[in-house]
Amino acid sequence: MSRSGSGQTDPSRGTYIAVITNRSTTLVIRGFMLFSIGVFLALVLNLLQVQRNVTLFPPDVISSIFSSAWWVPPCCGTASAIIGLLYPCIDCRLGEPHKFKREWSSVMRCVAVFVGINHASAKVDFANNVQLSLTLAALSIGLWWTFDRSRSGFGLGVVIALLATLSTQLLVYNGVFQYTSPDFLYIRSWLPCIFFAGVITMGNIGRQLALYECKLMSEKAHQD
Amino acid sequence: MPRGLTPPPRMTVRERLREKISAAFYRHGLLCASYPVPIILFTSASILACCYPLLRLPLPGTGPVEFTTRVRDYTVPSHEPQGDLGERPDWYRGPPVAYIQPVLVKAAVSPWDSTLVPVDVFRSPLGRVFSLLEEIRNHVHDDGSLEALCLQVTDLLPGLRRMQRVLPEHGCLLVSPGNYWQNQRELFDSDPDLLKTVHQHEPKGLHTSATLRDLLFGVPVKHTGVSLYSRKRVVTYTITMVLGSYDARFLSSLRARLRQLHPSVNCSLREDHMVHVHFKEEIGMAELIPLVTTYIILFAYIYFSTRKIDMVKSKWGLALAAVVTVLSSLLMSVGLCTLFGLTPTLNGGEIFPYLVVVIGLENVLVLTKSVVSTPVDLEVKLRIAQGLSNESWSIMKNMATELCIILIGYFTLVPAIQEFCLFAVVGLVSDFFLQMFFFTTVLSIDIRRMELADLNRRLPAEAGMPLPKPGPLRPREAPPPPRPSPHTITLQTPAFRNLRLPKRLRVVYFLARTRLAQRFIMVGTVIWIGILAYTDPAGLRTYLAAQVSEQSPLGEGGAGGLPPHLGVAPVFPGPGGDPADTLSVLPAPAEPTPLPENQSQGHHGAPGEGVPLVPQISWGAEDEEGWRRLSFRHWPSLFSYYNITLAKRYISILPVIPITLHLSPREAIETRHPQDTRHPPPPSLKTNDLPADLTLYKVAALGLAAGVLLVLLLFCLYRVLCSRNYGQNGVAHGRRRRGDLPCDDYGYSPPISEISPLLLCGHSMDIECLASDGMLLASCCLAGQIRVWDTQTGDCLTVIPKHGLRRSSSSGCWEQRDGWDAVGVAEPENLGGGTEPGGGVFDEDKGYPLRRRTTPRPALFENQPDLTPLIDTNFDSQPPSHLLLTPPRNGFDFGGLVEKAYLEHEPPSPGLTASYPSPLSGPPPQRRRSLGYIQPPAPQGQETPDWESAVWAMELRGNLIAAGRSNGKLELWDAVEGSLRCSNEDGVSGITALAFLNNRIVAARLDGSLDFFTVDINKPLGLLQYRGPPGRSNMPPSPCYSSEDVISCQLTRSVQCAHQKPITVLRAAAGRVVTGSQDHTVRVYRLEDSCCLFTLQGHSGGITAIYIDQTMVLASGGQDGAICLWDVLTGSRVSHVYGHRGDVTSLVCTTSCVISSGLDDLICIWDRSTGIKLYSIQQEVGCGASLGVISESLLVTGGQGCVSFWDLNFGDLLQTVYLGQSSDGQGVRQLVVLNNAAIVCDFGSELSLVYVPAVLEKLD
Repeated sequence: MSRSGSGQTDPSRGTYIAVITNRSTTLVIRGFMLFSIGVFLALVLNLLQVQRNVTLFPPDVISSIFSSAWWVPPCCGTASAIIGLLYPCIDCRLGEPHKFKREWSSVMRCVAVFVGINHASAKVDFANNVQLSLTLAALSIGLWWTFDRSRSGFGLGVVIALLATLSTQLLVYNGVFQYTSPDFLYIRSWLPCIFFAGVITMGNIGRQLALYECKLMSEKAHQD
Repeated sequence: MPRGLTPPPRMTVRERLREKISAAFYRHGLLCASYPVPIILFTSASILACCYPLLRLPLPGTGPVEFTTRVRDYTVPSHEPQGDLGERPDWYRGPPVAYIQPVLVKAAVSPWDSTLVPVDVFRSPLGRVFSLLEEIRNHVHDDGSLEALCLQVTDLLPGLRRMQRVLPEHGCLLVSPGNYWQNQRELFDSDPDLLKTVHQHEPKGLHTSATLRDLLFGVPVKHTGVSLYSRKRVVTYTITMVLGSYDARFLSSLRARLRQLHPSVNCSLREDHMVHVHFKEEIGMAELIPLVTTYIILFAYIYFSTRKIDMVKSKWGLALAAVVTVLSSLLMSVGLCTLFGLTPTLNGGEIFPYLVVVIGLENVLVLTKSVVSTPVDLEVKLRIAQGLSNESWSIMKNMATELCIILIGYFTLVPAIQEFCLFAVVGLVSDFFLQMFFFTTVLSIDIRRMELADLNRRLPAEAGMPLPKPGPLRPREAPPPPRPSPHTITLQTPAFRNLRLPKRLRVVYFLARTRLAQRFIMVGTVIWIGILAYTDPAGLRTYLAAQVSEQSPLGEGGAGGLPPHLGVAPVFPGPGGDPADTLSVLPAPAEPTPLPENQSQGHHGAPGEGVPLVPQISWGAEDEEGWRRLSFRHWPSLFSYYNITLAKRYISILPVIPITLHLSPREAIETRHPQDTRHPPPPSLKTNDLPADLTLYKVAALGLAAGVLLVLLLFCLYRVLCSRNYGQNGVAHGRRRRGDLPCDDYGYSPPISEISPLLLCGHSMDIECLASDGMLLASCCLAGQIRVWDTQTGDCLTVIPKHGLRRSSSSGCWEQRDGWDAVGVAEPENLGGGTEPGGGVFDEDKGYPLRRRTTPRPALFENQPDLTPLIDTNFDSQPPSHLLLTPPRNGFDFGGLVEKAYLEHEPPSPGLTASYPSPLSGPPPQRRRSLGYIQPPAPQGQETPDWESAVWAMELRGNLIAAGRSNGKLELWDAVEGSLRCSNEDGVSGITALAFLNNRIVAARLDGSLDFFTVDINKPLGLLQYRGPPGRSNMPPSPCYSSEDVISCQLTRSVQCAHQKPITVLRAAAGRVVTGSQDHTVRVYRLEDSCCLFTLQGHSGGITAIYIDQTMVLASGGQDGAICLWDVLTGSRVSHVYGHRGDVTSLVCTTSCVISSGLDDLICIWDRSTGIKLYSIQQEVGCGASLGVISESLLVTGGQGCVSFWDLNFGDLLQTVYLGQSSDGQGVRQLVVLNNAAIVCDFGSELSLVYVPAVLEKLD
């Protein structure tokens, strides 16, 4: 606590500042954690997608991870940080705190299922794009049902997934970004579902982190 | 879900189902907990059995990688790395180990004729292999021949003698189905049963990835068409040439020659690529990154899951068991799938984490929680059973949901997903099996072992109370609230005792109890029948396996290419290969044949409908690299037979040479063996365009039937094994509804035992003396009030100071006490030692006048004992002199002792207090001397009860209460009627201790003298048989005497100077009276003649504790912390040990050990015969002054507001029973063990009666 430094004269103000700084620092820490998780997942999942079309990794495989576009992982990280902070915030605003399966094991299960969905979309051969889309959509909805079950989560997920797909398509149209596989339709079919699942997952992580922080804060308040 | 509220007739199907499931789980739990060891053995055996097929599977990470080059400009790569040659991999250097030239033969008898028998499908096509072989061997082109080019092998590995006749032993390595008949046409023609010949080299039962059949046929078994039930009637096999060196011209001429001889009209196979397959040993990091990530997530999941396991003996052990459960269920599923012919085409390592996540650890955790939260005082197997049955519904519901989801996934018809789903289903089922059998059993063992060691740490702060709030992760970190109600914490289920029998005995008992031998025979019979069914002479199983593998879309899923082992996806090089082909290879569900449409233009003859008269030989993209359908262990195993390793080396596979053979029916009939027609006619042939889905349903139906059969079998087994009735059915207490009580996420709160102490209220002040003879219980408080209780019911039978009798107006004195609480600031000890000013004296007359003068004061200290009846503030009516009388009378400085006691934070004054209840002798509990109340005996001389002097000692025998008062008076009261029977005022010094044995009473007085009294019971009109002079034995006052017996108490002997200093302890048993005194000595008297037998010297401090029982063993403890064991017969000291820092406060013996507690809050357990300390228990500060032994191995100690039960054999804390709500830590100072499995202890002004049925039940 930075009480001693800030307010010898006005103790109430001092505690206020302390709480504020404390809260903002924890927010930053939370955001950073979410960011790194997002970057990590983006790298790994990108690798999965790369593996789909390449049998043998060229010797400089590590560089090939970053070769597609250097700014993709940071973008994913930023997006996941925003989403992860947004979810608890919205829960707070709506006044319906999320009660469903608030455990780390459940969150881990969620992440694993998300990676599994990516894996399936990357490794499993589907007969056609409709099948792929339907399967992925069913999996994503199942993910939401299993780990989230909140209306706000669903709505936010759908909105963000649509926005992200739209922006990706815009980027591709403008030639800024290219998929590893030129099959345009194919890409479009799996993208929204993956985005949706990712939003749900990151929201889950963000909520869990926020819960942890809440507990810390309440404990501290208790001590004070 | 108020299951219990629904009346039975209105139960819905769902509820009835629920009841059934719950009952079944209950019985299952009983079974598991009853026979843990056999069940674990059985489970391990089944795990091992199911995992056995996995032995043949390769380890993950050894998958081969490929590189494709063009045939046309192929040169053997040089050894040196040559700059960068595009995507040429590192390993592509130097010549390969070998070149593989496959010759793919497709042969069919066409047109098919109804006169043909099933054997004709493959006999004549196989027969053509010999001519082909001859052709190949004899082919010569420009002085090059096969002999020169081929890889010369020398001999097979030793140990493969079985293969000798089949595989070429020397010369060219040329492998074909002809090897079955030593490449001799004659042998083939004379072979009556070709299938038998082929099958006889197969390993029994288990299909592994690279069998001899695969090696020789060169295509997977299901694609050969060598079967009586083949529908396509096309036989496919490969003649595999292994070449040591590459000669393009020879090979092309061979190819041309063969094509010329056997033209394949519709073959459009590409011939321009050769594939180099590198077999490696280690895996690259890059491929592993996603894999490692998923595994990290998996481990995090497992970690966070198992962290929730709580309240068990070994958290890690249970977590390990949970992980083992999940992992082995996965292995079992893979093993089972392999066994039934579903070789995993998916990479096991990659789908593994997802399978774990799908299967999940939730059930295991829920089970643990449920079992742990059952009442702890139940027997272990009942706990397990209840826990299981509580969770049965949710487990079954979850399982059904998961199965449904997986079923939905199965109908996506994506082969990979279908395969995953199949694995997941088998995994789920085996996981359920393991949870029910393995984990439950492990859990029962763990619960049995659960000791209090680790729980003890949390005690008594928090354990045993309901959790305050549903803490999401670690509920037990929450701060403990004040205890809401008196209840029990149970720390251990005492049925662990079962495990501690000698091993030998346990085995014998087990054998006898379970009739194991008979049951093993029964199980053996069942297994034998199973084996019979398994080896299966009728061929049903092979048929099934063939059906499953051939017809399910899973089999077709493999057509896409080599199983993608670890990032090795099929090679579709550059411009030639189009990835779309991979996708479109998989047929739409309704497509009749697995062939893509663009490849099926070669169909000729009657298209589609009915029995195809002309078997269609078609060449598809999957034939282009037919070796891809083989196990990737195919080539390494072939070469390993000749001791050639392919690790870190590569082979080059040349483009396949296709050969199409059309045989006429006439030829087929000619080559027929006479016995061929004796085969049964083929089963009704399925039409070729049967929807592929139908086979799916067939497989599902068969699987279902097998499952039902298995369940029935298991049920029968279960009935056989569980013929015994396991006591009552479980109490159906489900989860607590949230909100009812504090509970955690799963709706559980920690166990609350049903034992609760019975509080006996009535005394207005602290209990001072306690005496019991088993049926009755007498207690005396500081106010001098004696109450008699029924130990069975806890009712107060009698209150001795009969106010109604003599002072009817003063009865309010005992009841209206509220207004006096504020006075009670002074603790009894505070009053002692003469430090109290003159106010601390007593109203000679009565206490109640005070009430009139004192208005109710605000209650400041509500928990203090109410001393008001004893404290007189009415100074004028007080003779001021009697304080002066005290010091000379007792001659003993109590002040110093009290000071010392206070310094050591010990509530009872050590030198003065002890209570040694013993079930054997029932020695008198000694009074806690309340020093503040020392007062001169009222010199009244009248024969009325003396209400003013305090009761210092009390004993209860039969119906008589012997009470020794501070003024030296000995009174005998009728316990039931509450009447004074007689009193004796021979002595004037206060009676500090009493012993009542038979008809003798021994009283120890403050001045060190010892008086022996005899109690005579006479009929009122009979002869008064006084043995001695009548003396002053008094007749009780007549008004309060109604019984017919006349009871007299007469002083027979008085030993004036028994000790130099006050007698602190007095015990009597086995005809001996033992006294201990401040003068460091112990004296032993004979009860009959009051004769002093021994004076035992050995302590270097005052005697504080003595124990003697019927077996004449005498133990004494002193202020020096020493414990001496004496032989009462000889007076010799048996052993002398120092065990405590500070006084020994109490001593109890059992037949095998001596238990002592000291001021240092240590309980020491000594071996009685050797005097060796077995172990010691460190208690909390302020505990352990009182001890009691309920049985040979159960010890009771009093603590701060609680009593604890210990297992003497192992030092385990069994239970802690809290006596009251207030946790202000009133210590239990006296503790009496009653005969009827109850203990009584004082608890402030109340008495607590604690029944310990649960503990006792488990003792026998």
